[in-house]
Amino acid sequence: MSLSSSNKSKRSIQALLLLALIAFGAIVVGCGSSDDDGGSGGSGGDKVQLVAYSTPQTAYEEGLEPAFNETDAGKGVSFSNSFGASGDQSRAVEAGQPAGYVNFALETDVTRLVDSGQVSKDWQDNKYKGIVTNSVVSIVTRPGNPEGVKSFQDIIDKDLEVVTPNPFTSGGARWNIMAIYGAAIHDGQTPDQALDTVKQILSQAPVQPASARDALQAFVGGAGDVLISYENEAIAAQNADQDVDYVVPDSTILIEQPAAVTVDAPKSATDFLDFLWSDEGQKIWAEQGYRPVNKSLVDESKFPTPKDEFTIAEFGGWDKVADEFFDDKTGSIAEVEKELGVSTEG
Amino acid sequence: MVTYLSLIVLLPLAAIASKAFSDGFGTFWDAVSQPQAVAALKLTVICSLIVVAINAVMGTLIAWVLVRDEFPGKGIVNSVIDLPFALPTIVASLTLLTLYGKDSPFGIDAAYTKAAVVIALLFVTLPFVVRAVQPLLLSLDRDMESAAESLGAGRARIFRQIVFPNLAPGIAAGVALAFARALGEFGALVLISGNVPYKTEVASVFIRGQIESDNIVGAAAVSVVLLAVSMTLLAFVNLIQKWGLRHER
Repeated sequence: MSLSSSNKSKRSIQALLLLALIAFGAIVVGCGSSDDDGGSGGSGGDKVQLVAYSTPQTAYEEGLEPAFNETDAGKGVSFSNSFGASGDQSRAVEAGQPAGYVNFALETDVTRLVDSGQVSKDWQDNKYKGIVTNSVVSIVTRPGNPEGVKSFQDIIDKDLEVVTPNPFTSGGARWNIMAIYGAAIHDGQTPDQALDTVKQILSQAPVQPASARDALQAFVGGAGDVLISYENEAIAAQNADQDVDYVVPDSTILIEQPAAVTVDAPKSATDFLDFLWSDEGQKIWAEQGYRPVNKSLVDESKFPTPKDEFTIAEFGGWDKVADEFFDDKTGSIAEVEKELGVSTEG
Repeated sequence: MVTYLSLIVLLPLAAIASKAFSDGFGTFWDAVSQPQAVAALKLTVICSLIVVAINAVMGTLIAWVLVRDEFPGKGIVNSVIDLPFALPTIVASLTLLTLYGKDSPFGIDAAYTKAAVVIALLFVTLPFVVRAVQPLLLSLDRDMESAAESLGAGRARIFRQIVFPNLAPGIAAGVALAFARALGEFGALVLISGNVPYKTEVASVFIRGQIESDNIVGAAAVSVVLLAVSMTLLAFVNLIQKWGLRHER
């Protein structure tokens, strides 16, 4: 029996290792080691090490990178691509994953790299303030919008089941919350009333998937009457032949997705970013469902500007909003989830 | 050997523990006692306990059938048992969602409920008890059972006094492994559990949220609690095994 017992403890330790690895990886990040060698874009300068959040993968691989290679600046430049959850990608770069060009879903993911010295402090000192694409928070519906939803308030008034990602695991889900909150404020509600509106909508969410993609998966799989998601995700779903429609509410938030080059990136990375901001680059983004940041290129028939479009700057920017709303202990959304949990428990 | 164990197991475990307590015990306690963490831990532990209880019974039954019965396709069934290990857990989650979600072909809609957590955990932990009990059953001397029968013992009594004590260490070992695995499971749950804080959010998803919120200490702290719960059960299982050992002699 001693054999079985030693075998048992050995294997159970292996199972525990799963947990160990999660936290161990976290510790490496916690130490904030920035590996200078790893962070460099390489002396060749012909290779762009791209690290980005997961949704624009198709846009890069099938649209933007081949088009860049056609330009004079991009001739002969090769890419190594890494896609994943925005926060994970940012933490990986902080911990030493080589990166020349980065593109994230949230500004705070770039700020993390500014704090670690890997991205220059003046990354926003350009025409588009460091933002490479826009989108809007939209409401994805079943085909033909059978419930006739037009605004976030409709979700409450019509008592619909809603799918929106968990704001603590999905950085992107925070855009959704701020869209609901902002629309309520613009509707004349006080901050407290607006939080109640957010709370009401969350209480109608039978599932809060871990990421925006999981949420789309859950919705397509039959969960909920409506899904709150980025317009570009809705367009991507339609392009992938998913049977969904979407509505852009009159009052919603403009999503701003930032991009930057690292301090020791090769010139080709800077060239690539310049290309993404060029008219040609912006048009490719638009084909992929993203709103161009160059307003003159926005095609109003495909991307109608919401009547009452607001930005995160109205609430003090992401640094402030992250603290005020999404801090896991003191944030008002943590408080809202807690109240919801307590009221339904038992 | 010692170096290997240190690098692979001891060092990471020590690193988690030191990270969890890096800001002092007060911070650790704040992290693990905040209501959302408590709710997630409670859900995880309760679901895991239900899962291992079902596993203990069903796993033993499956092992019994695989060892004692002959039927066509037994070899195939025997190899299917391990598939939950081979399948990437996220694929398991997706499959379970299709089978037991809104469009379930069996009309079972368990998605995004606590029942879904239990189903997903049952799936990924199935092999543990089966594989721990099987070798014991194979090596079990059937003469003991025959002797007991000839002495007039009924089937229930034979099971209670001969078979079960011999299998108990295996069941206990399988249960312990299954429990440890269930506590930490993430991939198989992430699509099918609702992830709604306080309701269907398990500890691993909560930890994911802590990491996403850059609260590494909080993530490590909750991990340490999961480790401690596992350790406690392992110690308990050791006791049961000693009890089993006494009956064997």
